[in-house]
Amino acid sequence: MDALTADIRTPLRAFDLELSLAVRGTVALVGPSGAGKSTVLRAIAGLLRPAAGRIALGGDVWFDARTWRRPEERPVGMLFQQYALFPHLTVRGNVAFGARGGSVDRLLEQLGIAHLADALPSTLSGGEQQRVALARALAREPRVLLLDEPLSALDAHTRSTIRSELREVLRSAGLPALVVTHDFEDAAALADVVGVVVDGRVRQLASPEELVARPADAFVGALTGANLLRGTATAGTGTTTLLLDGGGTVFSTDAVEGAAAAVVYPWDVTLARATPDDSAQNHLAAEVASVTRLGNRVRVAVGPLTAEVTAESADRLGVREGERLVATWKATATRLVAL
Amino acid sequence: MSRAVFLLGTFAAALAVLAFLVLPVVAIFTHVAPGTLVSQLSNPVVVDALVVSAKTTVYAQALVLALGTPAAYLLATRRFRGRALVVTAVELPLVLPPAVAGIGLLVAFGRMGVLHTSIPFTQTAVVLAVAFVSGPLYVRAAIAAFEAVDPQLVDAARTLGAGPARRFFRVALPLARNGLLAGEALAFARGLGEFGATIMFAGSLQRVTQTLPLAIYAEFDVDFDVTLAISGLLVVVSAVLLIALKLAASWTLSPQTSARRFAPSTSS
Repeated sequence: MDALTADIRTPLRAFDLELSLAVRGTVALVGPSGAGKSTVLRAIAGLLRPAAGRIALGGDVWFDARTWRRPEERPVGMLFQQYALFPHLTVRGNVAFGARGGSVDRLLEQLGIAHLADALPSTLSGGEQQRVALARALAREPRVLLLDEPLSALDAHTRSTIRSELREVLRSAGLPALVVTHDFEDAAALADVVGVVVDGRVRQLASPEELVARPADAFVGALTGANLLRGTATAGTGTTTLLLDGGGTVFSTDAVEGAAAAVVYPWDVTLARATPDDSAQNHLAAEVASVTRLGNRVRVAVGPLTAEVTAESADRLGVREGERLVATWKATATRLVAL
Repeated sequence: MSRAVFLLGTFAAALAVLAFLVLPVVAIFTHVAPGTLVSQLSNPVVVDALVVSAKTTVYAQALVLALGTPAAYLLATRRFRGRALVVTAVELPLVLPPAVAGIGLLVAFGRMGVLHTSIPFTQTAVVLAVAFVSGPLYVRAAIAAFEAVDPQLVDAARTLGAGPARRFFRVALPLARNGLLAGEALAFARGLGEFGATIMFAGSLQRVTQTLPLAIYAEFDVDFDVTLAISGLLVVVSAVLLIALKLAASWTLSPQTSARRFAPSTSS
């Protein structure tokens, strides 16, 4: 797999976009709207010409001071935020629009939309439209995938299903993929590496776990709120049990079956020296991996989980790296998302 | 003013407007017996004028569509210095008195004119006069129709490898279709009724340049029944065109909008 490298400098309305990225596997850019994330995608697709920089796939240069490749000459598959399906073409017509070779039927089959082949986009649900847009982008046999807020047009229910499908598609495509989203959970679920973009700059680029445990600053801390603990869920009566991939058990009130991740916010986690006798169902004892101060708050990574406590509490508890602590949180504060 | 007086006043005004607009149209059909009107349609003057009108309209509208569509696409999709000036120049014939348009065409294409051609007072002159007067109506509507095409769909086509020709024929043209048809219907109706520019630039020679409106004027002093018959014919054609336009607008599933409004929820 050739890596996509993008070094983009261009003025935006309120600030300059200055960003350098190397994309292998799936990378997500997460940040507030207006941070310049979509501009990055448009520049890579060639829909926008940056003031300066360099964009290349492996040794194949698409843009630099002397080179300009038109969008139609760049092997990208782009998924637009509102999907931008051609309303006058059927599902098959949409997927076949940029198709090379005979991949249309295979893709319709693979994405489970073969039965919709003759339907017009306006008659489809949001999730179906998303699959059509994905099939259309893949039919071009691209060498790079660009996804602009792929899940934001979906309702909460469809979203989790599509998210796990998308994850699978991205993995099996085996292409460098850049996902832009304002939702950290989506970013963490889809990508191996997440970059936090604020005011046109990457504040921090790291794995989702690293971002939660050791945010570079308070802004990253606030944005990358949640812990993500992956495992296998078994729904029981009242509570669901999640067997963590790395060992241990987590309880949640959400009903999910199969591969899933528990989403736990650091500020819902309390720390103690010994397992407290309280109403909370989730207790996790592990060594403190890191202690990161964010002003009057402290992020403490306990095994796979990060807790956020006040600086006062951390001092009172005397939190130090390498010590063994018990993290506690409630089953009702544990969201489960299917993966 | 009391409520009743106000309501009565608006009601009376509406009735007056309706009567004023409908009465002349109805009068054309009631002035003589319908049988007389129909029998006059086979009068050689009417038949000749019908043939001239049909022929020149087809050529003029073909010209308008063939040149107006790409011109409108260019003006709708490109931003360049002086664009507003160009658009205004294209629209100028709309507000020009038709007689002035005729004089302009004459001094542009006449033997003594700028281009020294022998076009005046030929059927080609009729075609040019009709195209000059009706074309801007189409181009204006076509610019609006192309501007209404969601730019993101064009972007999507680009990322799918579509070059400029493919983007025009496969995306912009089908999506602008309804707007283009509406504009062409208006241009067609305007061209069919063209009088002032044609009589100045092409004259009124039976079988050559005498279109239906010119025949109405020519027969006015000769045989009033013939003018009534032609007028009735033009009323019917215009009414059919208008009704077809309205039905087309309400029937089509309006593929002009992108699929976005059907997505369950949106955010940006």
